[in-house]
Amino acid sequence: MKSARPRTVGALLVALALLVMFALAACGETKNSSDTGSSTQSQQGASSTASGANPDAPIKKGLKTVSIPKQLGNPYEEYEHSGIDEALKELGGSNRITGPTDAGASTQIPIINAAVQQKPNAIIIAGNDPNAVAPALKQAAQRGVKIVGMDSDVAPEARSVFINQVTTQLVGEGQVKSIAKEIGNKGQIAILSATANATNQNAWIKVMKEELKKPEYKDIKLVKVAYGDDDDQKSFQQTQGLIQAYPNLKGIISPTTVGVAAAARYLSTSPQKGKIKLTGLGFPNQMRKFVKNGTVDEFQLWVPKDVGYLAGQAAAALVSGRITGKEGEKFKAGRLGDYTIGPNGEIVLGPLTTFTKDNIDKFDF
Amino acid sequence: VQAETITSPDAPPVAGAASPRDWRRVLGRWETLLIALLAVLAVVGQLISPEFLTTDSFTTGSLDLSEIALMALPLAMVIVAAEIDLSVASVLALSSALMAYLWNHGQPVETIIPICLIAGAVCGAFNGVLVTRFGLPSLAVTIGTLALFRGLAFVVIGDDSVTDFPVTWTDRAFGNFAGTFVPNTIVLFAVLAAAFAVLLHATPFGRSVFAIGANQEAAYFSGLRVKRIKLILFTLSGAVAALAGVVITLRNSTGAANVGQGFELSAVTAVLLGGVSIFGGRGTIAGVILALFLLGGIQKALLLSESISSYWIQIVTGALLVGSVLGPNLARRVAGARRRSRSQQEEDS
Repeated sequence: MKSARPRTVGALLVALALLVMFALAACGETKNSSDTGSSTQSQQGASSTASGANPDAPIKKGLKTVSIPKQLGNPYEEYEHSGIDEALKELGGSNRITGPTDAGASTQIPIINAAVQQKPNAIIIAGNDPNAVAPALKQAAQRGVKIVGMDSDVAPEARSVFINQVTTQLVGEGQVKSIAKEIGNKGQIAILSATANATNQNAWIKVMKEELKKPEYKDIKLVKVAYGDDDDQKSFQQTQGLIQAYPNLKGIISPTTVGVAAAARYLSTSPQKGKIKLTGLGFPNQMRKFVKNGTVDEFQLWVPKDVGYLAGQAAAALVSGRITGKEGEKFKAGRLGDYTIGPNGEIVLGPLTTFTKDNIDKFDF
Repeated sequence: VQAETITSPDAPPVAGAASPRDWRRVLGRWETLLIALLAVLAVVGQLISPEFLTTDSFTTGSLDLSEIALMALPLAMVIVAAEIDLSVASVLALSSALMAYLWNHGQPVETIIPICLIAGAVCGAFNGVLVTRFGLPSLAVTIGTLALFRGLAFVVIGDDSVTDFPVTWTDRAFGNFAGTFVPNTIVLFAVLAAAFAVLLHATPFGRSVFAIGANQEAAYFSGLRVKRIKLILFTLSGAVAALAGVVITLRNSTGAANVGQGFELSAVTAVLLGGVSIFGGRGTIAGVILALFLLGGIQKALLLSESISSYWIQIVTGALLVGSVLGPNLARRVAGARRRSRSQQEEDS
């Protein structure tokens, strides 16, 4: 412990820095230089699905799949993944659900790697981050594991097909149709959205506005888009505000689960209960009492379990060679019927499911 | 079992001939215990899944742990000096976010990496200045900067993630070294581990770190520049955490502010499980490396099991953390009690 210390430390620090620099030796690409990855990567991905599909191939026996939610302990996702279990059981196979305990960008990678070692036929994944999981999924695909994206997509070159619960177009169309039916195609309506910059909300609202231009909706007038910020209290107050500001308001669309529940809660205790119609995207468990007490006639959403079920069926079809993931290929998805693969390997579950007092008790989510 | 096999180095020599004493010393080393635990893990892991003892497990398991492994090296030195740095995972995230930001603004990766390392060093130095110049406890300071740096990361890049890093770089971070099954990131770790082992165990600087950890007052009065050394340690910790941030960004080809949440827990666990005393003054880099193998192995075994939920990884990590602090403590108490009873007997006779 003499005075040579600082020099030694300095030398070591410099050495460390140099080592790091050498270990990560250079070649000078920037974002703007032409070749940034995805192009070369997609070529690799495409070649693995080159062989043709045989729609009549028998379903492989004893199918084993692993499904990876974004995070364990989320009731919505558990319900969604129970659909995969159902599909696999129906086809004589089995599914195992395994996932990370938090939804960080890279937390699914160890799970994928371990799943691959167990040699399943397919992995069904709802990606936390589309690209972080891509290298691990591509490696899995190289070892013959089929990859199905579900719910939130992963990089297209890292999976064969993606099960989309709904499209923007279908949400916009479905919601307008629902409110038009409730108010008899006539009168003022308002939209209670989440935040003003929520991408999905704004895309849906844009479609709704396009829809309202159609001749059959000519007597419906959209008077206001209000924002409840996906906050229960604020959505409640915004509903109140809408009703005070527009005495002739006939209906409200709230395409957010928080908003529609708050609006229903306000309406259920107001004199306008049953007079002002409400629809939106909601969870049956949150909306059940408002449907039963007459506040809400109907609302919509996709059925998460069906998303999983379709993913399970698609995985089985992929493994058995009935589909390869190319656009235009068709397959039969058990109780849900026939599906066609769309552009970019996307399979859309279908139009929104409408929940009314007649069918709501069949759903528990 | 633990209490018997671990005797702290400062315990008085046990009566008996010279050779059994040496034998006992080897047995009593924490590293020996870790090797024994690794052997047990190998058997248990193989029982859980026949896939456990494969090169595949090593490749993916070590890749998954590479950032934590990198961060554990300087953290071990910080803890030997009787301080702690809980902000490492947040520095990693800030580095990842910064990388994403700079890449989006047209910088080449070759420029981004040194900038990230410098930014990490600045973060570390910030911790170091608060601890050494303002005399604040590092536990409080780094819990604060844990939140602060993570928050900054979100300010830099928001909820976005940037993903179009060049393949040459992402392949480097994801790939294996020269056709072997050893990931490149682990080669990087090995190089740094060797450097840190030399720094801690074979330089005057390393000796002074031990001296500070064992008794800061004494170290100060024997002329060591305590504050300066600690400042260097925190700076190193920040820089290496930023390097880990670069690695995780390229390895996942994703720069985002939410990466590595909770990594500080795993890194601290690796260090303490590696036999570094939480009270400072004791520990080896070799022990930390063994502990990393143990942690990675346990994680892999749990993941490979078809019936154990991944919640158990957290439970086991937590239990190991408590156990590795409790173990030596109990051992010391037992040794102390024995010593007392022995001196009692001698007085009686």
